[in-house]
Amino acid sequence: MPSSVILVPAVLNGLMTGAVYALIALGLTLIYGVLHIINFAHGALLTAAMFAAFFAHKLLGLDPYVAALGLTPLFFLLGYGLQRFVIGPAAHGEDRNILLVTLGLAVVIENALLYAFRADTRTINLPYAFDVIEVGTAFLAVPRVIAFFVVVAVALALWLIMRWTDTGKAIRAVAKEKLGAELAGIDVAHIYAVTFGLGTACLAIAACLLIPTYYVNPHAGNAFVLIAFTIVVLGGMGSVTGALIGGLFVGVVESLSSLYLGESLGQIGIFAMFILVLLFRPSGLFGERA
Amino acid sequence: MRTFAPILIVTALLATVPAITSSNVVLNFLVVALLIALVGQGWNLLGGYGGQYSFGHAAFFGTGAYATAILQVHYGINAWLGLFIGIAAGALVGAVIGALSFRSGLKGSYFALVTLAFAEVLRIIASVAPITGAGVGTLIKLDLRPEAFQFQSRAPFYWIILVLVGLSLVLIRMIEDSRFGAYLVALRENEDAAQALGVNTTMVKLLAMTISAAITAAGGCFYAQYFLFIDAGIAYGPWISVEALLAPIIGGIGTVFGPLLGALVVKTLGELTKLMTGDAPGLDLVIYGSVLILVIAFAPRGITGILLDLRHRLVSLRRAAPASMGGGHG
Amino acid sequence: MSRQLLPVSRRRFLQSTTLGAAAAAAGFLHAPAVLRAQGAAVKIGVLHPVSGALSYSGQQGRIGAVMAIEEINAGGGIKALGGAKIEAVLGDAQSTPEGGNAEVEKMNGAGVAAIVGGYASGICLAASQTAARYDLPYIVDVGVVDAIVTRGLKNTFRFGPGFGVIAKTALDNLVTINDQADKAAKTVMIVHEDSAFGAGLAKLLNTQLPERGFQILETIAHPTPTRDFNNVVLKIRAQNPDLVIPANYYNEYVLLARTMQQQRVRPKGIYSVLGGAASSYKFVKEFPEAAQYIMDCNHWFDPKNPKALALKKKIEEKGEFYTYEVYMNYSCVLLLADALERAAGADRAKIIGALESSTFAGHVMPYGPTKFVNGQNQGAAPVNTQVVNNDIQVIFPAAFASAKPVFPMPRA
Repeated sequence: MPSSVILVPAVLNGLMTGAVYALIALGLTLIYGVLHIINFAHGALLTAAMFAAFFAHKLLGLDPYVAALGLTPLFFLLGYGLQRFVIGPAAHGEDRNILLVTLGLAVVIENALLYAFRADTRTINLPYAFDVIEVGTAFLAVPRVIAFFVVVAVALALWLIMRWTDTGKAIRAVAKEKLGAELAGIDVAHIYAVTFGLGTACLAIAACLLIPTYYVNPHAGNAFVLIAFTIVVLGGMGSVTGALIGGLFVGVVESLSSLYLGESLGQIGIFAMFILVLLFRPSGLFGERA
Repeated sequence: MRTFAPILIVTALLATVPAITSSNVVLNFLVVALLIALVGQGWNLLGGYGGQYSFGHAAFFGTGAYATAILQVHYGINAWLGLFIGIAAGALVGAVIGALSFRSGLKGSYFALVTLAFAEVLRIIASVAPITGAGVGTLIKLDLRPEAFQFQSRAPFYWIILVLVGLSLVLIRMIEDSRFGAYLVALRENEDAAQALGVNTTMVKLLAMTISAAITAAGGCFYAQYFLFIDAGIAYGPWISVEALLAPIIGGIGTVFGPLLGALVVKTLGELTKLMTGDAPGLDLVIYGSVLILVIAFAPRGITGILLDLRHRLVSLRRAAPASMGGGHG
Repeated sequence: MSRQLLPVSRRRFLQSTTLGAAAAAAGFLHAPAVLRAQGAAVKIGVLHPVSGALSYSGQQGRIGAVMAIEEINAGGGIKALGGAKIEAVLGDAQSTPEGGNAEVEKMNGAGVAAIVGGYASGICLAASQTAARYDLPYIVDVGVVDAIVTRGLKNTFRFGPGFGVIAKTALDNLVTINDQADKAAKTVMIVHEDSAFGAGLAKLLNTQLPERGFQILETIAHPTPTRDFNNVVLKIRAQNPDLVIPANYYNEYVLLARTMQQQRVRPKGIYSVLGGAASSYKFVKEFPEAAQYIMDCNHWFDPKNPKALALKKKIEEKGEFYTYEVYMNYSCVLLLADALERAAGADRAKIIGALESSTFAGHVMPYGPTKFVNGQNQGAAPVNTQVVNNDIQVIFPAAFASAKPVFPMPRA
């Protein structure tokens, strides 16, 4: 029976893992909330971002936290381009088509990475990767602590963007009522692309936060997708706050259920929660009533 | 009977394949394609006709597969009986998931995600539960006798899956013509209006899901007999959920032949890309995914859509012809 | 990093795909006749999951197999067939049994004399079964599940050890190593991945370890992939076992080892069984501190065999890592070539007969000459390795050992 010696570190671990999940979910929730599409390509894009972070270190010697400064705008542009020039036009605005296009995109990206970089698992070794901060009985790895605070900062920044900038307001307008927003003069295609770009930019940051302690191979991003979906639904589709709180919550739930049920069965805790939320409160904790 | 003529013709034509070629490569290819067509037809009923997109049809596929495998391996039950029990088990799971989802009023993406979650839950349970062999999986004993639903030659397997596909085509056709089918399409087009007209949309959706699950579960049972080995990832993995929706959407969603057409095209495309790229890993799938995107971009209603468009254009050309011959420009 | 695209002809592409086979079938109603012409190439199928989740292992396996074929051809081909060269028919199992199945059909259609490979147990099961329909000899390269050789299939041969042997050897050697260290370890924690090999191994250990005087504190199962091992390591730290026994694939093993290092968890020993990374040069090179002193019971080459060392050099010169998939597939192809020589032809039944009576010793594994009973090579067994001084040494059995075990691990 786990005692408080294990319980407290487990909760802290859950919070740190959950923070990264939250960031990945943030991207997804924005994309879903505004474009109303389930982005099947999210995992593959995360993988691509992780490769980018890896090569930034390997070829340019850049520390991931520094690389993030360059990769974030780069991936924003990538996401913008994908939505504006590939997904948008190909889908003709129909939901089911977008589904298939993002699915096709996922296959293309993942296998292009496989073809280009082969299947080997790559990791980077940073001098501070094994440093820990001791908090009571818990040893907290430095990169994970940094990740936690960065995620909170990014969430805050996004929230501010949504609240105070014109683009943010336009995004919220399109999410709420697309036709009305169009009539008010908002360029919907552009806003869609900006939103997708923001979502992809979140992935770039998440990748840089993951790479000090995780690994990358062409399939690495897929492990995070389902959990990201769970958080999006739990937090409320389109809600930045929801994604952050939902992510932290899911991280802790995963941590505790794996402690009590074992790592394999413990994964059920997440999906059981997912199903319960969907059945009883589909709009999530912070979402608009559907 | 006239409405069933196309189905009978197509099935009869396909049935002659083993007589034309003894190439097991071709037979195997077709067996797998037909299996996907069957699974896709199940999805098509709920998604194409009913408009409820499920991302978790693996839940039914896997239940059928495990039901028949476990019954054979642990309880010595005959494989043919296992097929029927497997279909019933799949239908039951469909009814339960449907009841939970539809009673909560889940639609659209929410419905899609909850089906995904259910499939994942089943996969996780199957990967730890002792009765499914947990991680080791379940191996059906090799017993090449027709009574055990195993055959030395590929041809009997081919005919059986063809019969199953044929039956599913007939079933969908019958539903198309029935009142139930009309209700289903009505709620797909506008659920509120259908409800206002007095259709019990929840029950209709539930029935559609149950039948859909039964069809897909039949595919799962067949898979187990054909490959004789399943584990949690094979039975309940996302791969089959994706195949289940890919075929009908490519072939023509909400049409009788859509899944069959789509399955054949998708599988052939896979082989073509392998042919083009040879041994470089991943490159064939890059091309495959790109073609998928292009197809969606230029043929969103699937292949049936293209064919219907063509027919429409031919018809209007024929009608327009006399007028343009007579009229002209000035 | 160089990417080897093998020089292959269009004709072979056509043969190795369904459409090509369909075209062939349209012309010929029967399977292509077995090659008997002098000097004409002998085709063998090389099947691996080179795309999909298992792509790294698949690609490594293919490298080993192809290297063996190149060496044989360079050395004059199959002498009994007038110097006939071996032609590889490469197949991608796409990491699924269906994929493996389809490839076997195509290889059969292309007229291969035998098939080598599969890698994953699920793929091997399906592929060998399909091959059995055509009495096509199938040599399993790695797949460890016992069911592979207990189905009564005459065509299936496994060169490497099965699960039961691996687990027993691991256990026996552990007891011996522990005894030699005055029984330093009493308590054990097992961390295993939850599919075929991990789960089966854990089950075996759970029944047999207590009989040998060990106390199992906890058995932790985890999925592949697992994103985070912090909780697992927390439990290890809380219960402080003398020995940690991991059984998982490369990525998870790396994460586990790194997390243990991060959390300053240092048991008396880490004894892995079929550890994905414990006996991997890649792991040692990339994480020297986390890898130090880890013991493994795994497939390994014979360190005293000059052929094995020559192959190692060749592989490393190509910029690849010398992993078990490479040298096991290399050995399997050499075994097959020997069978082809003794069968003096590409006749499938003769090859099966040759394999059944095979006493081949020209491979690079520490198995002794081959002897197949019901398809299982009797001499196949894993060996114990340990990472010492940034290199992987064999510590058991004594006949192949190049170093003595360091146990318990020195306190940092």
